[in-house]
Amino acid sequence: MEDVPERPRALLEAVKLTKKFGSLVANDQVSLAIRAGETHALLGENGAGKSTLVKMMCGLLQADSGELLYEGTPIVFHDPASSRAKGVGVVFQHFALFDAMTVVENVALGLPGHQPLPVLAARIDDCVRRYGLGVEPYRRVGELSVGERQRVEIVRCLLGDPRVLILDEPTSVLTPDESENLFRTVDLLTDEGRAVLFISHKLDEVRRLCHRATVLRGGRFIAEVDPQQETFGSLARLMVGADVPRTPRVTAHALGAPRLLALHLNVAGDGSRGSTLRDINFEVHAGEILGIAGVAGNGQTALFDVLSGETEVTDHESIVIDGEMAGGLSPTQRRALGAGFVPEERLGHAAAPDMRLSDNVLLTTHGDGHIVKAGIIRRATLFGRFQEIVKGFDVRFGGKDPKARRLSGGNMQKFVIGREVLRNPVLIVVDQPTWGVDAAAAAFIRTTLREHAAQGCAVLVISQDLDELLEFADRIAVMSEGRLTTPVPVAGTSREAIGLAMGGAHHAGGEGSHAA
Amino acid sequence: MLDAAIIGAVLASVVAAATTLLLASLGELVAERAGTLNLGVEGMMIVGAAVGYATAYGSGSLLLGTVAAVLAGMALSLVFAGLAIWLATNQVASGLATTILGLGLAGLIGAGFVGTQLDGAPQLHIAGLTELPVVGKALFGQDAFVYVSFLLLAAVAYTLARTRIGLVLRAVGENHAAAHALGHPVRGIRTLAVMFGGACAGLAGAHLSLAYTPFWASDMTAGRGWIALALVVFSAWRPLWLLAGAYLFGAVSILQLHVQGFGLGIPSQFLSALPYLATIIALVVISALKHGRGAPASLGVPFVPDR
Repeated sequence: MEDVPERPRALLEAVKLTKKFGSLVANDQVSLAIRAGETHALLGENGAGKSTLVKMMCGLLQADSGELLYEGTPIVFHDPASSRAKGVGVVFQHFALFDAMTVVENVALGLPGHQPLPVLAARIDDCVRRYGLGVEPYRRVGELSVGERQRVEIVRCLLGDPRVLILDEPTSVLTPDESENLFRTVDLLTDEGRAVLFISHKLDEVRRLCHRATVLRGGRFIAEVDPQQETFGSLARLMVGADVPRTPRVTAHALGAPRLLALHLNVAGDGSRGSTLRDINFEVHAGEILGIAGVAGNGQTALFDVLSGETEVTDHESIVIDGEMAGGLSPTQRRALGAGFVPEERLGHAAAPDMRLSDNVLLTTHGDGHIVKAGIIRRATLFGRFQEIVKGFDVRFGGKDPKARRLSGGNMQKFVIGREVLRNPVLIVVDQPTWGVDAAAAAFIRTTLREHAAQGCAVLVISQDLDELLEFADRIAVMSEGRLTTPVPVAGTSREAIGLAMGGAHHAGGEGSHAA
Repeated sequence: MLDAAIIGAVLASVVAAATTLLLASLGELVAERAGTLNLGVEGMMIVGAAVGYATAYGSGSLLLGTVAAVLAGMALSLVFAGLAIWLATNQVASGLATTILGLGLAGLIGAGFVGTQLDGAPQLHIAGLTELPVVGKALFGQDAFVYVSFLLLAAVAYTLARTRIGLVLRAVGENHAAAHALGHPVRGIRTLAVMFGGACAGLAGAHLSLAYTPFWASDMTAGRGWIALALVVFSAWRPLWLLAGAYLFGAVSILQLHVQGFGLGIPSQFLSALPYLATIIALVVISALKHGRGAPASLGVPFVPDR
């Protein structure tokens, strides 16, 4: 990219925006300028303040101090409607869509004034053709895949003819192939002279797509750089503030007996997306990490629930834990066999938000025999275990024993992982171990799981972060529409093959690759 | 035996009974489609009945009484809206409080009118149609409330399905966070929907005390507000099913009176309980059929915008 002095002037500019939530300073004098014809990256870790900045730039939040400039003149957006009127469109990370309604109704809700739906449907078709977006106007949004839903959001924005388009973590839910399509659309948009703000923490995408990049860390502006001039490492250092530790790969360790078997595991589901499992087969051996990749909503949650015992299966023999048939057992009975489970949702599923941390320890350890005796909770033993988790897993919080909801995401995740690991399970099933967790905590969690596997535990990791699985899993399988590919060794496969399987093609690494 | 005149008279009373339910449940349907569960229907209805009766008795004008009833229902719904929408209190608790408040207020307002009577709303005859055998009186010899209930039903069905305000209202009930992100005033729209619900409940109360049984008795709503609430679930939040439900329950409540009149060996208490029993059975059957999937996804969830 040539960086000539006469860059186009800023369309939308944030000048020293500050936003506080109580004592937390989410944005501290952050500045950012988006220019016509440019794709501008907003880089930062989870919790760096990216979302807060975006919400202030589109009127969802009001800044405590600082100002917004629109084409050089100060402007105040009181709500998203007023920013949209000025041509600022936002595609949120959590889609603002209505599942029970059709695509065209969803689009109508995002546009001012009334338009007859057939007229609008024709406009949607036009837009879809022009930008290669693949959306049918009269389908119900609830039936669409995540990628399609994102395209509905984009179409809705584009029909408002925005001059500035803000994409909040757009690729976090897409397959590599879908991401590539999105990049092509973004290139078309900037060619037309629109400005795009692309929010991400994925460095390769930013280097591929963006002309400029603003880096945030801990709510502060760190740097504005040209991503083409930066290296992977230099961008990562700006983002994290230190070198990112990599998980040591423990290469040579003996595999033991299979600790978890899924044999023709089927779940009929309730008809909603991702609730059906079709003939799932895999085994996880002592000493290995099996990774399950896939785009959200393809049955991962159903798989977790059926392994943990939250969903019943009809066939008692389809799940075997440490040699015992477990299909008909309750979660407590499965834990008694030596299994540990860490669900995706930290608050509300793994932990009760309004209970103290020490009481949360009890939720999965009550059946282990020494903390509860004859129905009486032994507080001293419980508190001892609580201290062990906090010290051993570096869980940080204010106060002595706060409610679970007061912890940050990373600390809460370390806590729920530590709670399971210290039970010394022979099998751990973890769904999204590092989702929404900062890089340092994520590295710590991966290392912990890695070490635990090396000590003879079988670990099953479900994750949407392909890079994570390629970094620390031994074998990998892909979930797509309720089916699971045959697991293959990570060393023998490629991103491309896995990407294809995520899009629905089966077998991640070719035929006949049963590793054991 | 049963001749056409008797059947006609029974049908006419079924229509009258169903109209109260239809009016009240129509308002609640709109409130619930916007995402607010207002359990105060019974309270708003009886306050409407009491205020309507008192105004009509004092002024001698049924129209004035009706207008007062509508305003009274709306005023009480604003109490609920203030609590549940603007202060984001628990909707179930706020709704129950509204009903209890309404019952108390109505008893107070109506205390001086116990034992009095009014000339009820006149029947509007339509030349040529009212004289039709059997159904003539039932369909075309009714008071204005009946016709208004049909017009309101058509208006609500059309508005929800075909207009932009209906689309926005459904969106607010479906996913309030998304509606807010798109710039729709979630709490404002919910307040208007709840006010419409209050107005309809007040109108239903006016129908009760000014037309259906034109005298004042405390507790004269006798649980009709609760049946109206159940009807909304029964209808799976669709206006046309609401019509079917209201007439079904209206029919059950009238027919049990006639069955009692025949002196069959069934205890009268059991027959009086029939409409309520039918409510429970209908709800069980509907949830077994998974009919209830039509519930607005944000129903009953308070909305608090980010600050």
